[in-house]
Amino acid sequence: MNSFASRFIASSAENEIRQAKAMAEEEGLTDAMWGSDAGFGSLVTGHAFNVPAVPDPSAFLRLHTDDHADPNCKIKIQHGTTTLAFRYKGGVIVAVDSRATAGSYIASGTVKKVIEINPYLLGTMAGGAADCQYWETYLGIQCRLHELRNKERISVSAASKYLSNLVYSYKGMGLSMGTMICGWDKTGPAVFYVDSDGTRLKGDLFSVGSGSTFAYGVLDQGYSWDMSDEEAQELGRRSIYAAGHRDAFSGNTINLYHVQEDGWKFIGNYDVTKMHYEGPGPDVPGAPVGGYGYDVRTHGRFSVLPTAVPA
Amino acid sequence: MSQIWKYVRVTPSGGRVRGVPARSSTTSISLPGTPDHLSSQSTLILRFVMSIMEHNGGSVVAMAGKNCVAIACDLRLGAGAQTIATNFEKIFPVTDRMYLGLAGLASDVVTLREKFRYLTNMFLIKESRPLEPSTFAHLVSSTLYERRFGPYFCEPVLAGLERTPSGSYKPYIVGTDLIGCLNFAKDFIVTGTASDKLFGVAEGLWEPDLEPEDLFETISQTLMNAVDRDAYSGWGAVVHVITPDKVITRTLKGRMD
Repeated sequence: MNSFASRFIASSAENEIRQAKAMAEEEGLTDAMWGSDAGFGSLVTGHAFNVPAVPDPSAFLRLHTDDHADPNCKIKIQHGTTTLAFRYKGGVIVAVDSRATAGSYIASGTVKKVIEINPYLLGTMAGGAADCQYWETYLGIQCRLHELRNKERISVSAASKYLSNLVYSYKGMGLSMGTMICGWDKTGPAVFYVDSDGTRLKGDLFSVGSGSTFAYGVLDQGYSWDMSDEEAQELGRRSIYAAGHRDAFSGNTINLYHVQEDGWKFIGNYDVTKMHYEGPGPDVPGAPVGGYGYDVRTHGRFSVLPTAVPA
Repeated sequence: MSQIWKYVRVTPSGGRVRGVPARSSTTSISLPGTPDHLSSQSTLILRFVMSIMEHNGGSVVAMAGKNCVAIACDLRLGAGAQTIATNFEKIFPVTDRMYLGLAGLASDVVTLREKFRYLTNMFLIKESRPLEPSTFAHLVSSTLYERRFGPYFCEPVLAGLERTPSGSYKPYIVGTDLIGCLNFAKDFIVTGTASDKLFGVAEGLWEPDLEPEDLFETISQTLMNAVDRDAYSGWGAVVHVITPDKVITRTLKGRMD
């Protein structure tokens, strides 16, 4: 067994599962009675992941997946994205786009980039889609085990630390994820940024992905702790729109979530182009009348250089 | 695009690729063969050339119909992933019955547009006869080949109606690569960052002998659906349908992401 894997499986949670399984097998209980391992059997049985049979597996993987060094490499990992999450008086707003690109090709416009870890925790997805999906689902398992063991919900801080320690144990192996773990615990609303370098940051406001700079621009100028729920949701939506509009690798639709004391709530799915031309609809506090697109709102209103408006 | 690295390999010593900073005064010339034989400098320039065509984004498509042609472009001007403007038209009138589309590096789009305006005016002054698409196509070709060893990073598409000896008009569409290789087609021509996607949709939607309104629908649907799968193109579109007695120009509302 390779060293990184053994380092990982030595953690107590896996040991406990393994011991429980061993005990179950002694008593004549089979895997079938346990139900499936939900795809995480490889971790439970201690075999961990297969690695290429080459002297330097991570260099081998990098050789075939790093598209910055070689745009023609065969395996492309999803990169373009805009995700954001911010904390305010009324909870946490989580907003993401839904575009997946492979090079300049838009591979999908309906990706779910918010991962519902459990009714109180959300994770966002940027970087490797598979990495985020797999490890945040796995985090969900561990959070549930924590609940069963300790008879109380895991804090957002502890959950995010579990994830950051986990990805750190794979450092250098080519994991690619930039995620925000959001939720509500005893301390109130909480947002943690965790990435595959092992960085873990607590904060009020984060945006991750190729369109994050555009989102930050809108977010920073509109953010305040005392916003109403409607204003906060509008700010999240408007920020992702800005990124979708300006960033070639973000867009298609916006998924909006709101985390409150009683858990997260899915607010809606909004088409970026519809937001541009029509906006989120009437009676949304903070939203402009008409579309978000400034050319839509200012058409024919310039006092200088008037353009001929066709009848 | 396969021609590009050939060009890179034979860059004369001390020569400079247009718009590319001179990296060294010595240029190694390697033997023809696989890209493995490229010198590291050539490989570096090759990467630069490959990305320069995508730097500003944008796409153009032209289609032939029955007694009419259509040409359409998107409106995006980008700098890599960042969208700078959404009103950058890439199609320019040459004569009453001929439009030229230029996809590629935006600065060369503007340069070539001005260059062809100059050449068209000079032709009309000197020759005192109408400029036909078949004539202009070869003017485009030779203008581009003039920069064989330091090309404009543009792939033009020409759509027009050619006057026949009998006095009627026949559709004429042609495209070239960035060093002027003419590509005549009876159906459609595509170019730009969405060219592969355009090929797919056009191959599926185009049919012979479309009337102007049907051709408009076909080219519009082709462009819109192709650029919706391309990260570097889109943000609105302009379509021109050229008939013997008029040109119909329409601006399309496209996806804005």
